[in-house]
Amino acid sequence: MTRYAAPGTDGSVVSFEPRYDHFIGGEYVPPATGQYFENPTPVTGQAFTEIARGTAADIDRALDAAHGAAPAWGRTSVAERAVILNQIADRMQANLEVLAVADSWDNGKPVRETLAADIPLAIDHFRYFAGAIRAQEGGISDIGDGLVAYHYHEPLGVVGQIIPWNFPILMAVWKLAPALAAGNAVVLKPAEQTPASIHVLLSIIGDLLPPGVLNVVNGFGVEAGKPLASSSRIRKIAFTGETTTGRLIMQYASENLIPVTLELGGKSPNLFFEDVAAANDAFYDKALEGFTMFALNQGEVCTCPSRALIQASIYDQFLSDVTKRTEAIVQGHPLDTETALGAQASNDQLEKILSYIDIGKQEGARVVTGGSRAELSGDLAGGYYVQPTIFEGHNKMRIFQEEIFGPVVSVTGFDDYADAIKIANDTLYGLGAGVWSRSGNIAYKAGREIQAGRVWVNNYHSYPAHAAFGGYKQSGIGRENHRMMLDHYQQTKNLLVSYSDNALGFF
Amino acid sequence: MERVSYTPEAAELLRRLRESHGPLMFHQSGGCCDGSSPMCYPAGEFRTGGSDVLLDELHIEGIAEPVPVWMSAAQFEYWRHTHLTIDVVPGRGSGFSLEAPEGVRFLIRSRLLTNEELHSVDRSAP
Repeated sequence: MTRYAAPGTDGSVVSFEPRYDHFIGGEYVPPATGQYFENPTPVTGQAFTEIARGTAADIDRALDAAHGAAPAWGRTSVAERAVILNQIADRMQANLEVLAVADSWDNGKPVRETLAADIPLAIDHFRYFAGAIRAQEGGISDIGDGLVAYHYHEPLGVVGQIIPWNFPILMAVWKLAPALAAGNAVVLKPAEQTPASIHVLLSIIGDLLPPGVLNVVNGFGVEAGKPLASSSRIRKIAFTGETTTGRLIMQYASENLIPVTLELGGKSPNLFFEDVAAANDAFYDKALEGFTMFALNQGEVCTCPSRALIQASIYDQFLSDVTKRTEAIVQGHPLDTETALGAQASNDQLEKILSYIDIGKQEGARVVTGGSRAELSGDLAGGYYVQPTIFEGHNKMRIFQEEIFGPVVSVTGFDDYADAIKIANDTLYGLGAGVWSRSGNIAYKAGREIQAGRVWVNNYHSYPAHAAFGGYKQSGIGRENHRMMLDHYQQTKNLLVSYSDNALGFF
Repeated sequence: MERVSYTPEAAELLRRLRESHGPLMFHQSGGCCDGSSPMCYPAGEFRTGGSDVLLDELHIEGIAEPVPVWMSAAQFEYWRHTHLTIDVVPGRGSGFSLEAPEGVRFLIRSRLLTNEELHSVDRSAP
């Protein structure tokens, strides 16, 4: 067991600055209004740094810098851009612990996860897009009679990105890596709940990119996000968040006729067919863990498997086994490497989760385990902790239909395959799903019939680059994590060339 | 019979927001990080349409016009049996909702409608 020292105390691997300005044009620039806001860590509820409170003037300044840098960056050879992305990855690798502890302190998530998942995945993401852009080819269409169409991928220019708080560094990198690889300049607004760890990243990699290629403006959605999303000076806006803001961003985009990519959450079903319990073996153990994945990242994942559907014939035994597994989850100090469940990211997030636990109880759902705020002691007493909670109920209940974004799973049974698919698809969302079966045929059929962009079969919550990730239904538009995301950051130039010496004969 | 009510703290915050931003509206969000929360915008900022329902209009002392509360129609199907109370808690931000810079966040609290109430609201709008 290792307990990392808290930032700001002796022996910590990371030290936050007391204040962060905006990162614009390769340097730190104070906010136009001179205002800052406090940033608390969810671990203890105590503020540990203050952050520039950006407004339209700061967004404009960042857009100036981005427009200044975009033409040259867009002309840089793909080899050169790939080298820089790989250098970013190498620097991150060399500073893995620093980034992991910074992200954990900013968000409240266990350092075990940032060490093993968030930061390594972010590193690999840069490497993946460094490779993908090198391997990307244009097209040639031989139309005939000496007429040839050349298709080039060209960058969009300046793009805007609005980042969520649940994986502060990884979600930023999901958007940054393809945008930068494709040759765009970026104005990025981190979430106001987790605005600090990205600046630790910038302190490590900020010098590698030409000034103005990457600009970070902090602030609140209404004050900084809106002027960015509604600006006529961006060629694309990317957003991860929720449905109402997603719609609002599309409305702004329609005013400027620019494309959007949106990742808007889900209510992902995790299906356990009866044959998973055919033997009490390693696979069964893996399935139990697959159920318990609802608590990963405190449930603050758009694809949280927050609806578990268990076949009736194994229901009682399976629920009893996963309840034991859930009760064994170690909740505690996020900087302790043994901790599997840390703090929720903010006080309002904590309150929202508790309000859902309340309506779940009112609707008659049975609390199998958990069901309350977790009261931790010492310096964690002021933090935002929730017990891992299993509800049992039916799919029409609101806790089965709304994204709680906490360590809360709602369990129901199904009779047969058709029933399973019907319940799984009875949702507004379609981001993720899980299917667990020893039968390849059942798993294949279910995987194809579930209306979701990502179906994990006999695994869950894996996010490797090279596997497309994005939503069906109300879960969004676009596919991240894959080279197809390059298309969302590029436009096609068609050069239509005639190699004929002869006139058409029209005039 | 009302579908949506508000706490005194929410009313006080709405009065302040009304002063600085003009007439207001709510749209209840779903999904992901800041979802499942009521978003407060200047009236007309968020374009509602045929895919939305008007849940209720809040009549708040000190605010001349009612504050409409909207939700997507598809989401409403799963919410129609519940009564909502708009409350406010300390917190940090959410989408483009107006109150976030104040260090507070609107929050929905819910209770089940009684059969009698359900009968009554289902006869009226939405």
